[in-house]
Formats: sequence, structure tokens, C-alpha cells
Amino acid sequence: MKISKIILVIILFMGFPQLKSEEKTDELKNKILKNVRCLICQGQSVYDSESDFALSIKLVVKKKINDGVSEEQIYRFLREKYGDWIIYDPKLNKNTYILWLLPLLLFLLGGAIIYRNLIIKKN
Amino acid sequence: MKNKLKLFIIFTFLSFCFIIFYKGLNNSNTYTPKINDKRNIPTFKAKDLILNININSKKVFEENSFYIVNIWASWCVPCRKEHPLLMELSKNQSIKLIGLNYKDKLNNARKFINEFGNPYSQILIDDDGTLAIEFGAYGVPETFFIDKNKMIIKKFVGPINQKIVDEIKLIIK
Repeated sequence: MKISKIILVIILFMGFPQLKSEEKTDELKNKILKNVRCLICQGQSVYDSESDFALSIKLVVKKKINDGVSEEQIYRFLREKYGDWIIYDPKLNKNTYILWLLPLLLFLLGGAIIYRNLIIKKN
Repeated sequence: MKNKLKLFIIFTFLSFCFIIFYKGLNNSNTYTPKINDKRNIPTFKAKDLILNININSKKVFEENSFYIVNIWASWCVPCRKEHPLLMELSKNQSIKLIGLNYKDKLNNARKFINEFGNPYSQILIDDDGTLAIEFGAYGVPETFFIDKNKMIIKKFVGPINQKIVDEIKLIIK
């Protein structure tokens, strides 16, 4: 009786690392799916959407993770097929440089105006 | 003078914003992926609907010919509308039509082909939609035109029409 209990505990612990790795895969899958836009219901991420397109993307991403494809490679695959817009986090390129640089320019301009006003007040 | 300059700058800035937003009102807020980018055909394995055998992409696109990959389903109403045009295209010897049966019941798909005719030289089963994703499709019907270098050179979203058929025939010439 005691031996069978020990064996049962060992078997349970043997399955533990596998559960852990599945959890990690699910975490990565959800992270990617939350960053991918559904092209059918365009206000939602693929993670939130239940459209046919989103369901298929979920399967493709899961398969690619299981095949050992990295997160960056999955994003690249989706960009190649559907364009930059499918990813919520746009890359810096010739189409998006205004998007990335404008806030920085406005910040610098605002800083310069404040600095100038401070100097004028001091004088 | 300084105040006038300030007013002028503010007025110019506000006018600029107004024009941008006014123009934006006419833009569609629905995104459509680019459709004319050249891309390689994906590598895949799939099951043939008629022969019921597994086949890979190399075998599907082995001939030195133009190919059309058409994503269709028996439940898709626009697919019925474009089917006669696909039948017309299938008569052209220099082009091969590959059907991708999308998330369909196999019996219904076979019935559809028996009823409306089979324009395809091969029909592949895509029961979970992942094969369509590999091609870069996001709905049904969609049609991909592949040249002799095995590159996808055109993509048509929605049912094809006579204008598209004429365009394809012109490219094949």
C-alpha cells in the first residue's frame, strides 16, 4: 500500500515539468495573440476575437510555437502575409518614422520653450 | 508685429489640422492588406478532396505553368457567383486551377462540385483554415495568381468578376 502511494506521488511529480512547459507555451501564445490585430473584427485583438480568421491564426501561432519558431519570427511571418498593420506594435520604418519621431520632437520643442521662458524670467 | 506672427502661426497650424482631419473623414477605416506584393508560395502538406491522398506543395505546383489558387467553400454564397467564371478559366490550357476547400463539410464540398462542375485540377482540404493563413488569406472567397517562377503575383479578395478574368487572360498571353 505504502509503495503504491510512493509510486503515485512519483508519477504525479514526473508530469509536473511537462505542465510547466505547457504553461510557458500558453503564456507566449497569449502574449503574441494579444499583440496581433484581427482583420475581420478590426477593433479587437486575435486573442479577444472568435472570428474564423482569428481561430485559424490562433492555431497557426500555437503550431509555430510548438515547432520552436521564435516570437520575432512569428511576427515577421504575419507581417509578410498581412502587412505591418496586423501587429499592434509598429516597427520603425519609412512609413512609421513620423509616428515614432513626432512625440520626441514635440517633447524637445516643449522643453526648449520652457527653458527659454525660464531664462527670460531669470533675466 | 509679434502678436500678428503668433496669430498667423496658430491659424496656419489649426488650418493644417482641419485639412488633415477633413481629408481623413473620407478615408475608409477598414484595413485591407496589400494585394500586389510578390511573395513565394508557402510550403505545405494537405489532403486531396477527390483522391483522398496526402500531397505536398512541391507536387501541387510541379508543372511549368501559371496557377490559380482559389479559396472556396460550399457554404460561401459569393463562391457560387464566381464559379461559372472559374469554369471558363479552367478551359484555358496554360493555367491550372487549384481549389482550397476552406472549413467545409467534405460531403457538402463534393456535392457542390458535382452540382456546379469541377474547374480545379486539384482540390486541397483546409479544414481548420491554417492553409489559407499560410497563403495570406483572411476570408473566403480569395484568389491568388501564381506565375511560372512560382511567385504569388496577384491576390483578389472577394469573388472574381469578368474584369479580373480578362486581366488574368491578358497576363497569360
